[in-house]
Amino acid sequence: MDLFEHEARDVFERYGVPVPRGLVADTPESAREAAASIGGTVVVKAQVKTGGRGKAGGIKLASTPDEAFAAASAILGMDIKGHTVHKVLVTEASEIAEEYYISFLLDRANRTFIAMASATGGMEIEEMADSITRMPASAFDASAVFSPEIADQVNAVASALWKVFVSEDATLVEVNPLALTKSGKILALDGKVTLDDNASFRHSRTDSGAEGDPLEVRAAEKGLNYVKLDGTVGVIGNGAGLVMSTLDVVALAGAAPANFLDIGGGASAQVMADGLDVILSDPSVRSVFVNVFGGITACDAVANGIVQALGLLGDRADKPLVVRLDGNNAEAGHRILDEARHPLITVAHTMDDAAGRAAALAGAGAGKES
Amino acid sequence: MAIFLDEHSRVVVQGMTGSEGSKHTRRMLAAGTQVVGGVNARKAGTSVAFDDTSLPVFGTVAEAMEKTGANVSVLFVPPAFTGDAVIEAVDAGIGLAVVITEGVPVHDTARFWAHAQGKSTRIIGPNCPGIISPGKSNAGIIPADITKPGSIGLVSKSGTLTYQLMHELKDFGFTTCVGIGGDPIVGTTHIDAIAAFEADPETELIVMIGEIGGDAEERAAEFVRDNVSKPVVGYVAGFTAPEGKTMGHAGAIVSGSSGTAEAKKLAMESVGIKVGKTPSETAALARALLTS
Repeated sequence: MDLFEHEARDVFERYGVPVPRGLVADTPESAREAAASIGGTVVVKAQVKTGGRGKAGGIKLASTPDEAFAAASAILGMDIKGHTVHKVLVTEASEIAEEYYISFLLDRANRTFIAMASATGGMEIEEMADSITRMPASAFDASAVFSPEIADQVNAVASALWKVFVSEDATLVEVNPLALTKSGKILALDGKVTLDDNASFRHSRTDSGAEGDPLEVRAAEKGLNYVKLDGTVGVIGNGAGLVMSTLDVVALAGAAPANFLDIGGGASAQVMADGLDVILSDPSVRSVFVNVFGGITACDAVANGIVQALGLLGDRADKPLVVRLDGNNAEAGHRILDEARHPLITVAHTMDDAAGRAAALAGAGAGKES
Repeated sequence: MAIFLDEHSRVVVQGMTGSEGSKHTRRMLAAGTQVVGGVNARKAGTSVAFDDTSLPVFGTVAEAMEKTGANVSVLFVPPAFTGDAVIEAVDAGIGLAVVITEGVPVHDTARFWAHAQGKSTRIIGPNCPGIISPGKSNAGIIPADITKPGSIGLVSKSGTLTYQLMHELKDFGFTTCVGIGGDPIVGTTHIDAIAAFEADPETELIVMIGEIGGDAEERAAEFVRDNVSKPVVGYVAGFTAPEGKTMGHAGAIVSGSSGTAEAKKLAMESVGIKVGKTPSETAALARALLTS
């Protein structure tokens, strides 16, 4: 789970990382009040979980509360790379002398955590790749990167950030830029924090997520592992690897997948119905490809699940389904689907064939639009 | 032969008395695995009946090893307790710990991995389907009846793609299939399994299955270039995955321009690994190499 910048700022503050004063606002009026309460020049920043806010016009300087009102009016509701801005963070503007970069993150290859730091910050990480120094997280030493005058201050900030990383079960804690102000103070001006969802059981976290795609939000409420994509072929499968593979096979068949949906091991009628319900609510979906390999899951149970799910959905099920079942009890599964004679269901026997049929059905349904 | 797990493996199940643990203990026994007991501190001294087998429950892994000669542990422990359970198995000196549990916090995995360094335990997982040496032993949740013993060695991040390939290539069969799991940090890697398959005289061909995220496949490709003489066939899932989205597995995420399926495929092909565009094409590539 990625935190919004304002949430990261609050976490930083709690752990003693120096941050500028800041208040969140969800209306232009409250942005004006925030600016008045902070005083002086403020920065009004769009709160979205994506990069490139600055270029999109999502960050504006305001020297008076009225200017903050105007800035928030312009920014709230803005669409930045598909993310709608619902909130702005109003922070005191800092006079910046230099910008740096510092982060703690997972090192997958070495199965541990590392720190990265650079004396050049404030830009996209890819742009500063050459200037970044990597070191073991437990042995962070600012003097390897920063001038002696600020090394102690940076070490103190790094130590607080490492506490955030460990105590909050984060997989990424990044400050970019870490600023040296003209008055010689180190400040975390912008932060990105990714928390490990697997560790939620030992934290009292409130998911701030509702900025995402509405179908993703709805799927998450039903406990479904769903990611919205841009195509026309809806996909349901079991197992993350097989579902990713299914998306690829759909693309190879000349269509584009509309979503990722992994229903995991159980594949009960209810889970199938919930999954189909979300997929069929997507107006761009023109056909659905159900791809199940029965390892532990029995294909006859999946087939029954599909038939019952279509019953539960009634008229809402209005798109053709191509079903491919293989593995455990596949023949019994095929028999159940054959006997059901459901007008929407086509049975295919291989993944490649099924993808071809689903792609053709999506194309046929596209009519003159394409 | 087989790698990491064979007919002499004596398996103890941590979490055997739970619903997943007992369900899969029964399946492992049915597959011919020598399951010799379970571990649960609160139920020590009791026993659990599985059809015609009764298995004792021990208080600790160390006790189970002492009393039964167990050398493999399969863990179905809930995520909150998995870290400590793995550390217990490592401290007891078990040879192989297969961590099935999904949803283990990555800080816990990093902790037990660090703890295991310099000790004698090989860790597979977490968030994995386990390991099977068909006809010999099955440690985990991989279905045993979809394939047979044979000459292919398979290593994969994905459970269902493992099953798909096992099934498609069942006429050739497998020495061992290792599901290493889809978490960002896993114990046994593609490289570890490939090195063992290279050294295993019965393995004639290696299948490696990868997916988006990290650079394990790229590193495995380099390893293959420098160390592997046997033919290797590969598959990568996730070409259509968008940047920045976690695709089911905690580790399956493209970050910026790193971790893409395309980069992995190119790295594998550049060292002579034949990479299929679909699981079926991958099976066909393996089939062609084995019959040529």
